[in-house]
Amino acid sequence: MQVLVAMSGGVDSSVAAALLLEQGHEVVGATMKLWGGASDSGCCSAADVRDARRVADQLGVDHHVFNFTEEFAETVVEPYVADHAAGRTPNPCVECNRHLKFRALLDRAERLGFDALATGHHARVVGATSGHRVRLERGTDRAKDQSYVLSVLTASELRRVLLPVGELTKPDVRALAGDLGLATASKPDSQDVCFVPARRPGGGYGAGRSAFLGERMELHPGAVVEAATGRLLGEVDAIELVTVGQRRGMPSGGARRRFALAVDVASRTVLVGDDEDLLVEEVELASRTWVGDELAVGSSCAVQVSAHGRPRPAVTTATGVRYVERHRRVAPGQLVACYVGDEVVGSGVAS
Amino acid sequence: MTRSPEMTPVDGAVSHERMAYLDHAATTPMRPEAVEAMLPFLTARFGNPSGAHATSRAARRALDGAREELADVLGCEESEVVFTSGGTEADNLAVLGTVAGRPGTVLVSAVEHRAVLAPARVVGAHLGPVAADGTIDLAALAALCEDAAERGRPVTLVSVMLVNSETGVIEPVAGVIRTASQHAPDALVHTDAVQALAWLDVALLAEGCDLVSVSAHKFGGPKGVGALVVRERAAPILRPVLHGGGQERELRPGTQNVAGAVAMATAARLAVSERAATVERVAALRDRLADGLVASVGAIEPSSRELRVAGSCHLRFPGVSAEEVLLLADREGVAGSTGSACASGAREPSHVLLAMGWDEHAAREAVRFSLGATTTADEVDQALDVVTRAVTHLRRATAGSG
Repeated sequence: MQVLVAMSGGVDSSVAAALLLEQGHEVVGATMKLWGGASDSGCCSAADVRDARRVADQLGVDHHVFNFTEEFAETVVEPYVADHAAGRTPNPCVECNRHLKFRALLDRAERLGFDALATGHHARVVGATSGHRVRLERGTDRAKDQSYVLSVLTASELRRVLLPVGELTKPDVRALAGDLGLATASKPDSQDVCFVPARRPGGGYGAGRSAFLGERMELHPGAVVEAATGRLLGEVDAIELVTVGQRRGMPSGGARRRFALAVDVASRTVLVGDDEDLLVEEVELASRTWVGDELAVGSSCAVQVSAHGRPRPAVTTATGVRYVERHRRVAPGQLVACYVGDEVVGSGVAS
Repeated sequence: MTRSPEMTPVDGAVSHERMAYLDHAATTPMRPEAVEAMLPFLTARFGNPSGAHATSRAARRALDGAREELADVLGCEESEVVFTSGGTEADNLAVLGTVAGRPGTVLVSAVEHRAVLAPARVVGAHLGPVAADGTIDLAALAALCEDAAERGRPVTLVSVMLVNSETGVIEPVAGVIRTASQHAPDALVHTDAVQALAWLDVALLAEGCDLVSVSAHKFGGPKGVGALVVRERAAPILRPVLHGGGQERELRPGTQNVAGAVAMATAARLAVSERAATVERVAALRDRLADGLVASVGAIEPSSRELRVAGSCHLRFPGVSAEEVLLLADREGVAGSTGSACASGAREPSHVLLAMGWDEHAAREAVRFSLGATTTADEVDQALDVVTRAVTHLRRATAGSG
């Protein structure tokens, strides 16, 4: 097959390209330039493009840089800012997968005549070539599994996607990269949101994010109110940066730990309570997608609410999911992925 | 995925039987005569022209000869030629060197190459707007000159390129000189003539400019050498940007690139002597390519051909991404460009087209093919065929995927 490999400049996508080449595919590498801002970390920097190009040179494959900055600003960064302005906690990496990697780039790959797009994600596409139902499953390395951030994909996209490192453990990936002498073999894993500059030294927790958002929207102080009593407990500097479930920055009540239960930007109020108060039975979901067929209401599944969170037993409802046992509430804007066993069946965004 | 049968873009081939190099505005192949001319100075005649012994004196003679030859081509005195490491350094010296010697307002056109725009930004320059066809708005330039004088910070430098690197549009530099002399009489006038020498009579068109930048690799010379013409009027004002020895009239230190200067002078002389014939031949090839693509896939020419140099084939393919057209073309051996790229190698939406009033979306559909002295009819035919198929395929595929 002719495969376009999305090469971020990291070790996983480097090895993905190497594996596909070894399997006899015709491979071309592409790095997406997504952001022109000051951030020089993550997936957008000139240094990462150089790394990807070096690996492509080592493998003897062509490499291109695609400029998707306009689409990225529109579908990832602007909604990220708007979500924060509304007191939500967005997950931009998921939206990047949804709109950029597996839409804009996948469409381009198809237009350019490639049979498939490959990435370095740790997850597995099963059944794509057998004519059976195509499935998305957890990666072999459970600690590095990235099926959560891919749970927004659908079968029609997955049929055109290859995830070659999903069968490997991370140590296997690094060992392979080392054996092949790839330039990225010991490059650290990427962290954080790629377009938000890392916080400045001494800038305190979240200074990178607050500085980034502060340049693009107005941040407002908010009142911290005890949910049970309506008592004013204190203030936060920027209500738009408070995440439901957060404890840091919430005023303590002696020995009691308090958590943000709800963020109301309109009234500039954060309601707080005990960890017990965080527990909910149901999660309402927006932007629901199904990998294949929709699960019937009342179906058993397991839901995962963060990249490496523990899956919790639940059943589907008409508008979301209901936990079998009450669980901490999910911050609005966060992705909720539904699994049956190791298989991703769909996802939605907590509302 | 579905692939249309007539387009097999990903062929895995690294070298192509047939190559059509249509990116002469980026760089040109060296003329064999220029290669020949420089070789002795990379080997036996390797001397440093600043020394006193025979080896040095031989190098000095060659450098003087190159300077004389280039001065002749550029219509200036030998003493007015300052060799640099290329066009970017010449532009930086013009902008930063002028402001260092005479602080004041700098005016540059909004469509300048980054080699002018970036140093201009460092000194807080104002940008002169351009019309929709890409030519500088002289009335607006006059107004900017008057504004600066009224603010008590008169214009010290006006810089407008002779030929735009992306669109190939020829700027009305004579009008710029006239405007400056009327509205900012003390200002120096600089023109970046880097894209011009192969196509236009630079000696004539830049005659009234105080500062003129040229770069060897745009007309068959080597990379890494260029020159700034510093006319008598500008010489007392200009200050060096780099500091070191006294080479190049105390304006540009560093041991001169003798081999490069010799090759540049040779290439310049040949380019100028053959220019009339080259322009006529290349213009016909350009017309064939542009007319062909207008007819085959409805390409749009953003500005009239009469405004542009003969090698410029600047086109927009509505509905398809320039990145995708160029990638498919590249895979079949046809080299073109968008004319602007960032450090990572990604193609950027052109600041030139944005200044001409295009939106970002339209700017992403613009492709620059640039022909040169070595371009053949075969190359043009290959490009016509490959680009027609690429655009047709992409239009269909784009429509198909919604």
